[in-house]
Amino acid sequence: MVSLLPGPVRAGGVDLKNHLILAAGVLGTTGASLQRVLSLGAGGVVTKSIGPFPNEGHAGPCLVVMEGGILNAMGLPNPSSDFVDELVPLQGEPVVVSVYGGSPEEFATVAGWFAGKARGVELNLSCPHAAGYGAALGADPRLVEACTRAVADLGIPVWVKLTPNVTDITACGIAAERGGARALVAINTVKAMRISTGMRRPVLGNRFGGLSGRSIFPIAVRCVYELYEACSIPIIGCGGVSSAGDVIEMMMAGATAVQIGSAVHSDLRVFERIAGELYSPDGEPSAELVGCAHV
Amino acid sequence: MSELLPTVTVITRVIRETPGITTLVFDREMVFNPGQFVMVWVPGRDEVPMALSTGTSITVQEVGDATRELCALSEGAKIGIRGPFGNGFSPRGRTLAVAGGVGAAPLLSCALKGKVETFLLGARTASELLFCDRLEECTELATATDDGSAGHHGRVGDLMAGRDLHGYQSILVCGPERMMEAVFHTLRQEGISARGQFSLHRYMKCGVGVCGSCCMDPGGLRVCKDGPVFPGDRLNGGEFGKYARDASGRKKNV
Ligand SMILES: Cc1cc2nc3c(=O)[nH]c(=O)nc-3n(C[C@H](O)[C@H](O)[C@H](O)COP(=O)(O)OP(=O)(O)OC[C@H]3O[C@@H](n4cnc5c(N)ncnc54)[C@H](O)[C@@H]3O)c2cc1C
Ligand SMILES: Cc1cc2nc3c(=O)[nH]c(=O)nc-3n(C[C@H](O)[C@H](O)[C@H](O)COP(=O)(O)O)c2cc1C
Ligand code: FES
Repeated sequence: MVSLLPGPVRAGGVDLKNHLILAAGVLGTTGASLQRVLSLGAGGVVTKSIGPFPNEGHAGPCLVVMEGGILNAMGLPNPSSDFVDELVPLQGEPVVVSVYGGSPEEFATVAGWFAGKARGVELNLSCPHAAGYGAALGADPRLVEACTRAVADLGIPVWVKLTPNVTDITACGIAAERGGARALVAINTVKAMRISTGMRRPVLGNRFGGLSGRSIFPIAVRCVYELYEACSIPIIGCGGVSSAGDVIEMMMAGATAVQIGSAVHSDLRVFERIAGELYSPDGEPSAELVGCAHV
Repeated sequence: MSELLPTVTVITRVIRETPGITTLVFDREMVFNPGQFVMVWVPGRDEVPMALSTGTSITVQEVGDATRELCALSEGAKIGIRGPFGNGFSPRGRTLAVAGGVGAAPLLSCALKGKVETFLLGARTASELLFCDRLEECTELATATDDGSAGHHGRVGDLMAGRDLHGYQSILVCGPERMMEAVFHTLRQEGISARGQFSLHRYMKCGVGVCGSCCMDPGGLRVCKDGPVFPGDRLNGGEFGKYARDASGRKKNV
């Protein structure tokens, strides 16, 4: 297998300990939990998405595990500004705060709470199951650009997380780049649903949710590949990564680093495990791999 | 990995245990460790964690919307069940159980299996003492009530005084957090906190260790996956007994 030369990683203005980042919303609700994932080998962590007001999220069931994937409609539960305190013990660690809002102004307000307290912010313009938030804005390139610009003006590195639930993801990537994004994160979950045949009704409390995990990996690779052709800022691959081979494939598609979420379900030590296989002293420098599959 | 969509489960019997607590018996038997829990789907309302009181039942205390709806179900009603999840108790040698209120639910099956020598049970008042008859048949039972209407007048933790706690290899505890904290304190004073096994409650959304809503300070342990049962020596110096988080993740007092 292709392996990577170990060494410091810089992605979208943020210094990381390795190429593997915890994805937003997975074990990211408390500082202690983020600290635990870092100590288990993540090169950086992204927090739960934080919004302008405290939010309890959708009624349950919020999440079901399936063969090859997870379906969730958490509904962005978060403590809002109370979350600032959770970051105190994480000072100096590679933490990126995921933020959401319903308008460019709300994005700027929430991101402003974390200026100087985190290495960067990731804009959730992609959650597929929160009315008025996430993909509700992120499917419109003009809003993507406006939200990105409002936060980029604060002077913190801004990553923009994109939704695959659009006809042309590159239009949103280009809009984010124009707005001043330092990196694109692709992808958030794929809009999906399951029905309980025994109950004759949708399983999720919110009816619709987002699919993540292994089953969306091919969709994520395609999105990263398309964005790499259309944009010139770094891309962080996300969606279904669960092995070192997946990381290499994502990088060949054009990713500078990757995020990992659902794979922690079967293996909390997934970061250590992948890093153990990914790096070797005679590995290739990552610059030679990123985007090498563009033929 | 098998699919973990909720399994549709039919209620076959409804037992009013106390004025506020109801046992729902269902049509299938689950293989489980006492102390493990299931996520119970009340269609159209919510999904909430519940300990299995036996392989075929949950025992529910009415505290809010979902539990009120559960307690009002009748025979033939359908609920969805995911699980069992979490680790469960591991009684070794002579075992003492300490339960407050509906906290007796996960400890019942330990006792029914003959694993519990002494069972200390507390409640606010006599009519709320849960499973008294069944526990008397399989353990040495001592009770306490806040109002003195049955057993010792006071807290269930008081019943530990004067007992040779060092004679028990495992001390299984479940109940309101303040009650568990008092028991924890006693065990620490005796220098045997590691023998305690505490079943914790935290707000749970996913039940499978992914969402982070049930994580505890300072180590980030997940109550749903690393617990819900933790040995006492893992609870030192953290949030246990001090605060918990609500559905949004904001801290609240316990
Ligand atoms: C591992 C575990 C095992 C449990 N076992 C039992 C049991 O055997 N019998 C029993 O009666 N109760 C049990 N509970 C508590 C039970 O889950 C709550 O009483 C129930 O969720 C309340 O729901 P509600 O909608 O009626 O109340 P609400 O009105 O929504 O809330 C009332 C209180 O219940 C708690 N609560 C609500 N939703 C949740 C949730 N999703 N996760 C955790 N706590 C919640 C909160 O503390 C809240 O303040 C257990 C909890 C946990 C974590
Ligand atoms: C339980 C859960 C909660 C999530 N919450 C968020 C969130 O708050 N913000 C966000 O941008 N993405 C959220 N996501 C999406 C993930 O960050 C990620 O984009 C997606 O799961 C695909 O990656 P994976 O297949 O590695 O999990 C969540 C995913 C899951 C499974
Ligand atoms: S309830 Fe989701 S991690 Fe425990």
